[in-house]
Amino acid sequence: MAEIIRARNLVKRFDGFTAVDGIDFSVRRGECFGFLGPNGAGKTTTVRMISCVSPVTEGELVVDGMDVRREPRRIKASLGVVPQEDNLDPDLSVRQNLAVHARYFDMSRDLANQRIDESLALFQLVEKQHEPIWALSTGLKRRLTIARGLINQPKILVLDEPTTGLDPQARHLVWQKLRYLREQGVTMLLCTHYMEEAAHLCDRLVIMHQGRILVEGSPAELVEQYVGREVAEVRVSGPQRERVLAQMASGPGLTVEEVEDVLYIYARTPDGRAQMADLLLESESVAYHQANLEDVFLRLTGRGLVE
Amino acid sequence: MTIALPRIGARLPDVSYRAYRVWQRNRDVYLRLWKAEAIWPLAEPLITLLALGLGLGELITEAELPGGQRYIEFIAPGILAVFPMWAAAGECGWGSFFRMENQRTYHAIIATPVSIEDVITGEILWGATRGFISSVYILAVSAAFGLLHSPLVLLVPVMAYVSSLMFASVSLSYTSIARSISSLNYFFALFITPQFWLGGVFFPLERLPEELQVASWFVPATHVVDIYRGLVQGHLNLGHLGDLAWIAVVAAIFYYVALISMRRRLIQ
Repeated sequence: MAEIIRARNLVKRFDGFTAVDGIDFSVRRGECFGFLGPNGAGKTTTVRMISCVSPVTEGELVVDGMDVRREPRRIKASLGVVPQEDNLDPDLSVRQNLAVHARYFDMSRDLANQRIDESLALFQLVEKQHEPIWALSTGLKRRLTIARGLINQPKILVLDEPTTGLDPQARHLVWQKLRYLREQGVTMLLCTHYMEEAAHLCDRLVIMHQGRILVEGSPAELVEQYVGREVAEVRVSGPQRERVLAQMASGPGLTVEEVEDVLYIYARTPDGRAQMADLLLESESVAYHQANLEDVFLRLTGRGLVE
Repeated sequence: MTIALPRIGARLPDVSYRAYRVWQRNRDVYLRLWKAEAIWPLAEPLITLLALGLGLGELITEAELPGGQRYIEFIAPGILAVFPMWAAAGECGWGSFFRMENQRTYHAIIATPVSIEDVITGEILWGATRGFISSVYILAVSAAFGLLHSPLVLLVPVMAYVSSLMFASVSLSYTSIARSISSLNYFFALFITPQFWLGGVFFPLERLPEELQVASWFVPATHVVDIYRGLVQGHLNLGHLGDLAWIAVVAAIFYYVALISMRRRLIQ
């Protein structure tokens, strides 16, 4: 698969503060590529540079064969952007929002109307098309924002926290639409701190922290490599805790991480579960779950609160 | 071998025909709200002409005004100048700030092939259009009072557009540095309102102390009011060309300031 975005030693500084600190990545045509990380990791800054609304401080950034410094208008013409914030036009109707946006791309009225009808149908907004924006629920607004981002049939769809603030039903509906778009071959960039979302949608992803990329891979690879198969979350204290930690030495397939009063124990080998069961038999409070991206994320970026 | 060129601080503003797309967006919103938007530009001049023109004006003897006019005839051209000033400055002050910070409309637009300079240009063209619309309403009100006699008044909306370009540019320049919507109050209280009352609309400037008369040359509204007096009374002279040049220069300077300052604010 050919690459559609390439970043080499990409740097972004604001008044002495380094938001993105020399990152390299490339995105292949047709894949969903995720940027994960805590708030302030540099994900949004990175996609803003790709979207040509934030100048690159240093390094190389090529989007669809064009340098972001030289051809911002042409790059923007082939991007669809779904921002984190709601910036629909509140005074216009659903349909007018799409029509006004289509005009920014110099689309003819006929073509715009055809595309608007298609996207209203795809996003189940046909019945709402003449409603004003203030009458829409958060979920409907999100769907409309994604529909707006697709109006120019972009080569790359940039999604910044597309389901933040949505209830579970609305979130699953958005995911379903995004999976459909990926099947249609739309390249997607997804910034998120929802691990479940990344696991659902991303072919490959990077985890960012403090302006750097910590790891890169597919969700399954990263889980396998950094946390293994199963995780036990154990709440023990005092002598019991010491005993569990001492026993850890006898379990070669296990790794442990201590956070406050909780021990996270990762089973990395196939018989890890059995070892874990022996180990924790007497503990007062233990919960098991299948290792997931969230464990990778928290192991790499720390479980402490990031402000 | 690649050569790293030094970053040049001053880049040329990237303005294109797409500014018109921004103007069209504002027009579409206006057309949805036009009935509510029509109230101010109709009610304000009507009330002013009634209260000051007829009410207060009856107490003022004609001999005290230049050319022996009635007071209502004296203030009509001034009102044609200052209400469109409010319309244009308000649009690029409160209106633009609201679009930029509350609705995040600018952010939505610059994610498309439209540049931030196109947005600024479109906003100023739209602010001027609001001045133009306001002047048309006021012309209608003034005509109803029987205050228009010269065919030159047909040029009033054109002049309203030109002078509103200036007020819109000045206003948007201030908006580009405003931290909150309430800090726009400084601009309107200290810059727009004094022009409204002291720009030669309600009394001849010759009444002011000499120093203030000199200072009034620097006040944009003074030059606009001058031109309207010529248009409404049906006699223009070369001095009006000077006024027009003054307006063009100030508009150009503040248009450039708005372009640079808004880019600095929004493109980081």
